[in-house]
Parts: sequence; structure tokens; C-alpha cells
Amino acid sequence: MMDGITPEAARHILPAGPGKVVGRGVARIEDGPLLRGEGRFAADVNFPRQLHMRVVRAELAHARLLRVDASAARTMPGVVAVWTAEDVAEIPPIPFRATKVRGLEPYCQPVLARDRLRYVGEPVAVVFADDAYRAEDAAEMVVVEAEELPVLLDATAPPAEFAPGLDTEPTVVRKEYGEVGAAFRAAHAVVELELSVGRHSGVPLETRGAIARYDASSDVLELHGTAKKQHWNRDEIARLLGRPPNGVHLFEGHVGGGFGVRGELYPEDLLVCAAALRLRRPIKWIEDRREHFVATNHSREQHHRIRAAVDAEGRLLAIDDAFFHDQGAYVRTHGARVADLAAGMLPGPYRLPAYRVAGHFRLTNKTPAATYRAPGRFETTFVRERLMDAIAHRLGLDPVEVRRRNLVAAAEMPFARPLDTLGTDIILDSGDYEGLLDKALARFGWDAMQEELAARRAAGECVGAGLAFFVEKSGLGPSDGVRISIDATGAVELVSGAASVGQGVETVLAQICAEALGVDYARVRVVHGRTDRIEFGNGAHASRVTVMSGSATWEAALAVREMALETAGTLLQLPPSELTIAEGVVCRADGATGPSVTLAEVARRMGPNAPEMRGRTPGLTAERWFWSDHMAYPYGVHLAQLRIDRGTGAVTVERYLVANDIGRAINPVLVEGQIRGGFAQGLGGALFEEFRYDPQGQPLSTTFADYLIPTIAEMPVVDVLIAEDAPSPLNPLGVKGAGEGGTNAVGAAFAAAVDDALRRPGAVTSLPILPAQVRRMLDGAA
Amino acid sequence: MKPAPFRYHAPRTEAEALSLLAELAPEEGRVIAGGQSLVPAMALRVARPSHLVDINNVAGFDRLAVEDGWLRVGPLVRHAALGEGAVPGPLGRLLEVVRGQIAHLPIRTRGTVCGSLANADPASEWCLLAATLGARFHVRSLRGERVIEADAFFGGFMTTALAPDEILVELRLPVLSDAAHTGFHEFSRRAGDFAQAAALAVLELREGVIAAPRLGLGAVEDRPRRLLEAEALLAGRAPSEALFREAATTARAGLVPVDEDPYRLDLAETVIRRALSAAAGMPAP
Repeated sequence: MMDGITPEAARHILPAGPGKVVGRGVARIEDGPLLRGEGRFAADVNFPRQLHMRVVRAELAHARLLRVDASAARTMPGVVAVWTAEDVAEIPPIPFRATKVRGLEPYCQPVLARDRLRYVGEPVAVVFADDAYRAEDAAEMVVVEAEELPVLLDATAPPAEFAPGLDTEPTVVRKEYGEVGAAFRAAHAVVELELSVGRHSGVPLETRGAIARYDASSDVLELHGTAKKQHWNRDEIARLLGRPPNGVHLFEGHVGGGFGVRGELYPEDLLVCAAALRLRRPIKWIEDRREHFVATNHSREQHHRIRAAVDAEGRLLAIDDAFFHDQGAYVRTHGARVADLAAGMLPGPYRLPAYRVAGHFRLTNKTPAATYRAPGRFETTFVRERLMDAIAHRLGLDPVEVRRRNLVAAAEMPFARPLDTLGTDIILDSGDYEGLLDKALARFGWDAMQEELAARRAAGECVGAGLAFFVEKSGLGPSDGVRISIDATGAVELVSGAASVGQGVETVLAQICAEALGVDYARVRVVHGRTDRIEFGNGAHASRVTVMSGSATWEAALAVREMALETAGTLLQLPPSELTIAEGVVCRADGATGPSVTLAEVARRMGPNAPEMRGRTPGLTAERWFWSDHMAYPYGVHLAQLRIDRGTGAVTVERYLVANDIGRAINPVLVEGQIRGGFAQGLGGALFEEFRYDPQGQPLSTTFADYLIPTIAEMPVVDVLIAEDAPSPLNPLGVKGAGEGGTNAVGAAFAAAVDDALRRPGAVTSLPILPAQVRRMLDGAA
Repeated sequence: MKPAPFRYHAPRTEAEALSLLAELAPEEGRVIAGGQSLVPAMALRVARPSHLVDINNVAGFDRLAVEDGWLRVGPLVRHAALGEGAVPGPLGRLLEVVRGQIAHLPIRTRGTVCGSLANADPASEWCLLAATLGARFHVRSLRGERVIEADAFFGGFMTTALAPDEILVELRLPVLSDAAHTGFHEFSRRAGDFAQAAALAVLELREGVIAAPRLGLGAVEDRPRRLLEAEALLAGRAPSEALFREAATTARAGLVPVDEDPYRLDLAETVIRRALSAAAGMPAP
């Protein structure tokens, strides 16, 4: 079962506890250019003779497309071309890469709308002009004639027709194990809830951008401004445009936030590439903020009807859940991934003898949806933890106690659920759930706080507290590779197929490399997100980089170390086992003075012209690939204490703790940053952010004045408890991903705390929790 | 989000500005000062002026002075310039509080008080202040100068009595007596957002009872205004939480809110009670 570890790697497990560099909160090596204003984001990329692309977008949520008249636009100053669907008829719809379910193909999005408009914001035509302003002026002149059709905006409504012979429910994600029916018949009590999570998503500071250039002299198409999944995107762009993959290269600059939405393959990416090839000029497209709100993936919108069967002690016997996943207008690159993750991850940390779930994956006339930080988990943690609170209330139990009784015990690890998600079996790899719960309660002063809150309530304040447990997933395989080379000057280069969306990839990989190799981490050059430097990579998503690329780094660095010691041993006339590397110098491991040699000299001795290399592959370099069949499951608990303003219904966070066991923190400062940043986005989904639509499907949240992301003024101080009690046995570092635990349980914890403040168990049934709703609940509570 | 084409003019004198505006107003010419509302609207192509008359270089437009009992605010006075440093006494302290509620620091350093008034967003703090205190609006065009009283200036949702060729050349706010107590309270979802409801109370306490009360409400109706019935109820009574609740209930009955959500009226009551309590030196209800 633990076949994530290759036998070779098992010999080189990083010992627990802080090392020389690993486990230390060292400064980020990527910050220099960012702090000096020398970063290169998509909009910073420019090429001579470039044209600017402007997308004409649908203004109706559902309509039959009759005619697109671009004749006036084509005569506007500076306009080089205007394309409609007919001009790109040979480009297939955008495919999906994840969670492929048979039957989804007809629901994929064409790069330009063909005969139907399905959401406001759908690309209908593109204008290419010599200036971004002129392109926008000309785009206004494109006339779209369309006949309005009835809109479908509610995923719980009966499915309608998508196209002849196809309805708006392409699939139902079903998972089931155990005797669900029998469990409900034998139950002491059945608790039933109807819960929903609002539509919101990752809204990065940097909008999307794509700059394509075709170099005819070498027959290479380049795409800049990419993120997250360069290799898959490269392969698909090549296939869809009929080119060999080695004639297409993707480049990654700085990325101003990924969060799941950035770096997927979108229509605009293909359009700039096709135009660069056809118009023989570089094509630049920078998404504006209003476009971003309607064009980039939305997420989260789900409606759950859930029932739990419990025994008299509050132990779960079975859960039966039917949920409706609002996918928006098309199936995008993630296929049915979010619905699949929701179905697979819903049971979370609890023992659950029987489970049945039906995830109705439904299309509506809204912006297509896909993953957003903690996809399927933010939603189902809210649902599951609401359920646990409801069970506690029904049986008169303390919310903490009902969780204790159901948590999977440390002795049961690894804990296999008869379930899968993302194509892998769910095997909770390690964990001491109750141990972390105790640590968190103690750190928060939970019991003393309850007394304090009771006293404040008696004095008229509206205050409450709540908690929510979660299980994350991370380190999605199957593979990633890293190549580490030391050149003749002693400089270390690490080439990875991972991508950086700003999370600190360069620092973390450099730390791991430096730990194994005995060099200065700050002098390791980390190359990522470039298809011209490494043949393959699975990119940066699903909290996978530190687990996958980190493990490959560890193994590659150990291999280089072994090579260096061997060569140095020959030079120094000492057995390699008596040598070590410190600060880039190979020397005696026992600390005794004696001959030493720099890694630069070792590298020179291994160069292509070195006589010793005759008949061998030269270079002080190694490439290693890490393979993993199973994911690593971080876990944690969120505790919230908040205050409600009776006059306005506004919620103010007073204290918040995220306790998160991630196996090992390579860089604790970066982990804390991940958790606090993740919390901020969870806070948005819990209290502020929502994409709203009017009854005709017109989006109402298209500026930052309407779509409210939390600002520094709304951010409370968040206490973070990083635990390393349960290292993952699936990789040599013991790490689990840290990217999503800060977001996962925020909605759930706030819901519990608002209920508690209102003294109305179960009052919160939807997210975001809006002041107007809270105010109404206060009236009801009075 | 690039503005539609427009022509840009940068006059250096008031006469030049008025003359340009007289010529360009019929062709969708607009004055731009701080641009904190107009520029985003142009970027969204919701506003499409064909000409912009930029008054940022006009000599003397940044004047700010207290004279004859009035605070005189020129058209280029930025939000950030108003406050205790500029004006002594209760008015200065009030301006300081109100200024802090306006959007965010970069907006406050660029946006102008007069621009905000001419924009007449019902949620604007300065509009509420002007309506409540009884400000006077001095406007000029080539046709001459006129003075508009606050209750005549605001004409409805983002609508004023300004003609297209007129520039608001000066706002005059009455300096408050040293005996005046003020209270301001607004509610918005996030710090710096447009208020969902805002109230301003100004009153004096003479021998334990309220005298000369002024109570204004913004962001609830299509324009800010004084709540005269509530003021009448407050005058001559001793401040108390019960009185303020009664005043808020009275005010609520006469409101015509911009949306039909009763929550908006709940907020109106809350901000009225809080503004009055703050003015009376009582804890927020």
C-alpha cells in the first residue's frame, strides 16, 4: 500500500526535526526582483510589432446566435483582423485534462461561440489592433445579433435542454459503500439538513494574460504569461493547433496569484497562439478586471441535501447526500473534478460505516466553474461540520464531544476508505486527529473562553465561538522530475517541471536541495514553468509541489552528492564515506583538517573534456523522478470567536486559530503565510464574496465595488499552530501540502460561531453569511 | 477597461475653464478634478465624455479658508485636506471624523470635496454633511454666478442643480458654534466601501436638553437630507436612549429607500441612533 516510496528513496528519509536549512524560516529567494519592482508579470511582456487582442463577449446569458457582423470593426483605425467562430472553425473545443467522465465532451467550450451564447462574458469575436485602446474601440463596433432564450440559473431546478439530445445534467457523480439503507433503518436518530455555498472564486491581483509569438526562423511558437500547468497546456495547444509539441514552448514569469483559476487552458490562450501563427505578429492579450469577473473560472456553488443516521451516542452510522453542483455554462479543463472531490472528501476525518452520495453535475447560464483553493473541501467541510453540529444539538451533546466520538483514531492509521477521488483510492496516510484537536483547544483556551463568552452574553453582548475539523489532500501524483546540475564555477541549477504561482517554490526547492547537497540555499537557481528546459512536468496545483517536486529534489540532490563525493574521493584519495559537503566544499566528515576540494573543482573534473570522463556521460548532474500512487492527507481544525453587531448584523472576528498538521514544514514562515493567506480567502467566501446574477442572468458582481474581497481592515489576527506530529509515510521528506488548509474550514467555523452567538443552533444554512441575513436571524432570535 | 476616445483640455485660469466648458458642455464636455468617480466610470465606458476639462491647473482653485463664519472650500481641495488642522473647533473635529470614512487613503489624497458634491452619490459623506449643515454652493458659468442652498442642490440619484456649463467654484460650510456636539455614524460591508446607511447629528445641550438639533441621513434615499420630523421631536428633550430610538422610529416612517429591503431601514435606524448617541456623548446602542 505504501508504494509511493521507491525502495531506493526509502533509504534516504530526511530525519525529523529542523535540519541545517530545512525546517527553518529562511528568507524567500524570489523576493528580490519583486520588492525592487523588477518582476515580470504577464503585462510586462512585450515584443516588437505586437498586436493587441480584444475579446467581444456575449451580453446575453442564453441566446441563439444569428449573426456576427464585424464589417464596421474591420474598418476602424489600427485594426488588422477581426475573427468570429467561422475564422477558427478548425480549432476544436477546449478539452479537459482532469476527472474525465464519459459523456462530458459535448459540453466543452468552443474558443468562440458558434451557434449559442451560453453565459454573459462568453467570447464571441476577437479584434486584433496595433493598440489596446483601438482594439477596444473596434470591439464595440462588432454587432452581435442574437435571439434570447430562457435562462437556467438554478442548478437544483429540473435540467433543461443543452443541445438537441443533451440535457444540462451531463453526469451524476455517484459513490457508495456500506449498508446505507440498513443504517438509516437502525438509526437512533436521523439528522437532515439543506445547505448551500455561494458562487465565488479566486480573484488574483494579477488578471490573466497571454502573449504569443511565432518565430518563423526556427518554427517555434512561444506563449508567455502562463502559469500552473505549462506542460499539459503546451501539449494541448500543440495538438489543437496541429503542431508538434517540440515546436511550442510555454514560459512562466511572475504570477500574481493562482488559486486554481490561473493557468488553466482558456479560449484566449488558443486565440493568441492561433493569431500569432496566422498574422505572423506577436499577439498580446491582458484580461481586464471586468472581463476577469465573467471570464475566468468561478467556483464553489453547491446545494446539498444531506442526511445522517446516528446511534444514541452520536456516532455516525451512515451519510446520504445529494448535491447539486452549479458548473456554469460549459465543462472546462477540470471536467467533473470539483464534484468528484466533493463526493470523495465529504466524510473528512470521521469514521463512517456507510456512505452514499449523488453529485448532480449541472450546467447553468453562468460563467463556467472549476477549482478554487480547497475545491470541493471548503464546500463539504461546511456541509459535514454543519451536520456534526446538528447531531450534537439533536442529541444534547457538546460539539467537541460529538467530534471526538467520530474522529478516526491515530491507531487506525493508515485508514483506507472504500472511496476514491481524482482517480486514487482515499487512504488517510497518517494522523493523530484527536491529538491535534486537544492541542488546538488548549492553545485557544476553549473552556475558559466559554465562560468568558457566557458572561459577556449575560451582559448583553452577542458573541459566540465555533470550530470545524477538516481533512485536506495534497501531493497528487503521479510523477514529477527534477534535474540538478553543478557547473564548473560551482553554481547550482535546479530545473523542475513545477510551476510557481507565487507560493515560494524557488525557496522551498532550494532549501531541500541545499540540505542534501551542503550548499547555500540562496545560491541555488531554481528554474520552473518552462517547457524548453525540461521535457515534462505536472505543474503547481492541488498542494502538490513540495510533496512531489520537493521529493524529486531531495533524491536528485542526494544523487549529485553521491557523485560529487565519489569524484572527490578519487581526487583526495579518501573513501567517499569519510567525506561530506559543507558550504560547497567537499571535506572530511569527521571535522579533521585535511585536503578538501570545492564542488566547482569536482564539476570541472567531471566536465566533457576532462580525461576522467572518457567513455562516460560527463557532468556533475542528476535527474530523479518521484512517483506517488496516493495522496498525502493533511488535516486540522479551525476555531473562531466572533461578535455580532445587533444593529447591523455585521460579524467581527475576535480571535481565530488554524491548527494544521502538515507532516513537516520545510519553511515554517512560508507555511504560516500560506495558512493566513488561505484564511483570508476563506473569510471572503464565508462573509463577503459572491458572484450574483439578476433573473436574466446578467452578472451583478463585475467590479471590486460589487464583489467584496476582504481587505487588511477585515483581516483579524490569525493564530497558526503548525503541527508535525504525523509525517507522511508516502515521501522521503514526510511532507504534506500546506496550501489549502487555511481556507478549507473557514465557512464551517464561522457558521458554527454565528449560530452560537445567536443562540440558534442550525441558523446558518448558507454561505456567505451576510449582515442582512444575520440581522433577520437576530429578529427571529429575539 | 480603456476609456472611449475623448479630447483633453487643461485650462490655467477660471475664465478659461468657464469658457471651455461653455463651448464643450453641449458636446458632452465634463469637468474633471480628482477623477476618483469619473475615471473608473470612463474605464468601464459607462461615462463617455467627448471632452474633459481638467481644472487641476487652475490657479486659486485650491483655496481653503474660514471667513465670516463660513468654511470656504475651493474646487481643488482634496478630501485629505479637510480636518482639524484646517478648521478649528467642532466643525474641524467633525470633518476629521468624516474624512476618515471616505474610501481609502489614495482616493482621499486625490479626490476632491467639490467633485464629490457635484457627483452627488447618495452615499457620499460630504453630501450628507452639506445637506445636514445647510451648506451653500457657489456655482459659476459664463452666464454668471449663483448661490444654491443645500436643500435645492441635490436633485435625486446622482443629480444636482448644476447646469452642464457650470462649475461648483466654492462650497461654504457654516462654522459650528463651540457649543455644538456632533455625531457621525455609517455602516458599510468593508472599511472604505460606499455606506449602506450614514447619519450625522449636530446638537447643543442647554441645561440638559437638546437645542438646535440637526439630523441628516445619507445612502438610504436617493439623496441625503435632513430628517425634520425627528429633529422636531428631539428639540427641547433630554437625551436618552429611548428618545433616540423614538427619533429613529419617527424618521424611519418617513423614508423612501432606494431599495425595498427592510434591512436598509433597519440600518437607517441604527445609524441614526448611533449618530445621536455619539453627539450626546453616550455609548453606542
